Amino acid sequence: MEGPTSTGIPNRKLAMWTFIGSECMLFGTLIATYMIYRGRNLVPPYPHDLLNIPFITVTTFVLLMSSLMMVLALAAVQRNDLRATKLWLGLTALFGLIFLGGQYYEFSHFVHEGLPLSRNLFSSTFFVLTGTHGAHVAGGVIWLSTLLVRTVNGKLDARHAETVEIAGLYWHFVDVVWIILFTLIYLLV
Amino acid sequence: MSRHSAESHPSTRLYVAIAVILAALTALEVMVFYIEALAPVLIPILLVMMAAKFALVAMFFMHLKSDGPVLTAIFAWGVFIATAIVVGLMAIFGKFGA
Repeated sequence: MEGPTSTGIPNRKLAMWTFIGSECMLFGTLIATYMIYRGRNLVPPYPHDLLNIPFITVTTFVLLMSSLMMVLALAAVQRNDLRATKLWLGLTALFGLIFLGGQYYEFSHFVHEGLPLSRNLFSSTFFVLTGTHGAHVAGGVIWLSTLLVRTVNGKLDARHAETVEIAGLYWHFVDVVWIILFTLIYLLV
Repeated sequence: MSRHSAESHPSTRLYVAIAVILAALTALEVMVFYIEALAPVLIPILLVMMAAKFALVAMFFMHLKSDGPVLTAIFAWGVFIATAIVVGLMAIFGKFGA
């Protein structure tokens, strides 16, 4: 356990927020690239022919609800309710996996419909942007899984609530990025 | 634990309420998308709802509302730079012009 800090904010938490601030800029550049080339696609297939709004709405809902599971996991570990901690951490990781499964299905469908990565401006910018986000979700699922294993093995309890909180900050950031991507890519098509 | 800890975080009931609002806003976004009469104002409506969802997650799930101004400033700076990159490059590449 670390001692008091000059800011009153734990160092690891401050580091995670600084990392999140830098991640904003990474996604800012990718979103800017997507938005610049949006509507300038000269080679079919076009976004409106392929994007499946009802399907993506469901996976978006799943990711949003995973954020609820995450805060419930944090609340559970803070009150040292390890049974609930395992449940909510497991559900958060599961919902993340469902989202990734949806993204895999979507990518496979696009490729099957003749839209590989290098087909046109839309495919290049879409796959890089959503793929980068998906990689972040995958990293989050792995992180949450390690926390779940530590809880199951009795190596994570209320004394480590800050560890769960920091993982949660990363997970919620992945969620807010998707909130933006869902609107910009799928609804403003 | 620091002073930025469990006692200042929202209750479970508030977390669930926030999640319900997020789900409702998402459903509303999709409904608005399918209403042709709203096409002329679709962009501002969707951007406002997107910003509302973003703010709810940041304030309550990421605890910025209760964790103090330093963390909010760090995040806001990153978001500001990212937004400036997107808007600036879109302007340079003529996405706002005729």
